[in-house]
Amino acid sequence: MTDLLSALLDPFSYQFFVKGIIVATMSGALLGLIGVYIVLRGMSYIGHGLSHAIFGGFAASQLIASSWYMLGAGIWGVASALAINSVSRRHRIGSDAAIGVVTTASFALGVALLAKFGNRGPSFDAALFGSILGISQGQVWALAVISIVTVVLVVLGYRALLFATFDPDVAQASGVNVARTDAILVSVLSLAILATLTVIGVTLVAAMLVIPAVTARLLTQSFGRMLVISTILGAFCGALGMYASYYANVPSGTMIVLIAAAGFLIALGIGPGLRRRESAGAGPAASSVPAVSVNPGSAIR
Amino acid sequence: MTEPLLRTVGLGIAYQQGRPVLSDINLTIEPGEFSGIVGPSGSGKTTLLRVLMGAIAPPRRDPQGLWQGTVERRAGLRMAYVPQLETINWDFPVTVFECVLMGRPQRGVRFRASAAERDEVMTALDRLGIAELAGRHIRELSGGQQQRMFLARALTRQPDLLLLDEPTSGVDITTRHAVLHLLGDLNASGISIILTTHDLNGMAAHLPNLVCMNQRVIAHGPPAQVLTAPVLEATFGAGLDVLNHLGMPVVVDSGRGAPATGELLDPHAGLPAAPAGPGGGTDD
Repeated sequence: MTDLLSALLDPFSYQFFVKGIIVATMSGALLGLIGVYIVLRGMSYIGHGLSHAIFGGFAASQLIASSWYMLGAGIWGVASALAINSVSRRHRIGSDAAIGVVTTASFALGVALLAKFGNRGPSFDAALFGSILGISQGQVWALAVISIVTVVLVVLGYRALLFATFDPDVAQASGVNVARTDAILVSVLSLAILATLTVIGVTLVAAMLVIPAVTARLLTQSFGRMLVISTILGAFCGALGMYASYYANVPSGTMIVLIAAAGFLIALGIGPGLRRRESAGAGPAASSVPAVSVNPGSAIR
Repeated sequence: MTEPLLRTVGLGIAYQQGRPVLSDINLTIEPGEFSGIVGPSGSGKTTLLRVLMGAIAPPRRDPQGLWQGTVERRAGLRMAYVPQLETINWDFPVTVFECVLMGRPQRGVRFRASAAERDEVMTALDRLGIAELAGRHIRELSGGQQQRMFLARALTRQPDLLLLDEPTSGVDITTRHAVLHLLGDLNASGISIILTTHDLNGMAAHLPNLVCMNQRVIAHGPPAQVLTAPVLEATFGAGLDVLNHLGMPVVVDSGRGAPATGELLDPHAGLPAAPAGPGGGTDD
């Protein structure tokens, strides 16, 4: 028994693993939280695109100054995100097409620069699939700061963000600055992707942006609950995936995404029943209405 | 005389140069107004509504002169808008309560409803008879209930002026009557109302005021004055006759003078247009 326990706790005796678990949990939670807005806006593809764009930013900025490549990639990422936002707003091009153009061009530039001038900065194999070995103390702090900024923005702008996501026209007419809300959202998104890239990897960040959010959507009909569930699911998948990757001896990103995908499959099975129960319970709002009986059967159409 | 709520002076808008959507709109909306904007598909009625509510505003730079004229709103005018049901993503995960709460601006970090806001939302829902549905997902409502939900959201803004885009499109006759009565009650309680409709007989003839438009305002006044053959021909470009039924004007398609393309496009050409139900009207 004690052998089993010590085997299970064994990875925690390594400093790099403890750091990895913390970063993976925070990354999962952060992407899970932002993912809700991205999925509900029908922009799931933007995570995929931006992670590739940021990869281009890594490659370009490490040529200029290898020690400042994070900052360079961050600026590059935010610029790409704002470019997508602006192109799709002004030129009647769907955001999916705008994402396709802006981000693949950026990725191609990054690959070309790497091929031509070589790599002077960190390992880019790790950046593609995620690794816990390459996490510096600075990156942990960057992730923490971006997570805090995101939570503050989501709390302060909760109703505005929800309104602008649900019904942008009416939101605009009701005093919400929709253009500003959108710009803030894509900027935060690109910073979040930048901060989580090294753990989860370019190719898999998009999955962690989408899977917890759609899984949460399967489990609830309420926006507030979806935000909470998606964040918790993301954190849980990050932690469990990192832990499993230690034993499976595979890149951390792959295990995190596989566990999230398994969670999605479970939610597909139990989701409909949960949503029905939620509906029949009629939530906290209706419970404040006296003398109303809600027929559970009537919720099912 | 009281100050008008809203006034447009020589308002003209084009999305492209030389192709105006609205031209020379001079419209004054007085307190207590209850008007329907009537016009065919593409006549600019939704655009006008969006301009009135401020969703379309003059561009900062306008080298091509796509905007003309002005929209003047009374200082402190509170407006609320009810969107067309077809434009809403009904799979969006919000409950009725959450949807109505969106109408209330957030103060500081308090994003959940305060006790006062909860009361306000529930009062609005109760006023519209759907308080017991507060915890339901928006898709579980019928068309009429969905309309009431958005009306509740609008009411939580305590508007002076309520704007509705096609509030009766895609709902059945019973709901249409209910919506009309509801709007009548709201109007009686002091809220001015402007709505768009293509539903000439089911809706328009029951409203106290009509604005007939096709790019420009063709007539503005009570239905009995406005619903005349010449006005309708100028608005819809087709021959329409107006009959009098129990003191209420009823518009019928006369089948004459309609342009050739209209005959080809309109499967109901030659048939009475009343009642202009689904398929009989136009969509904007």
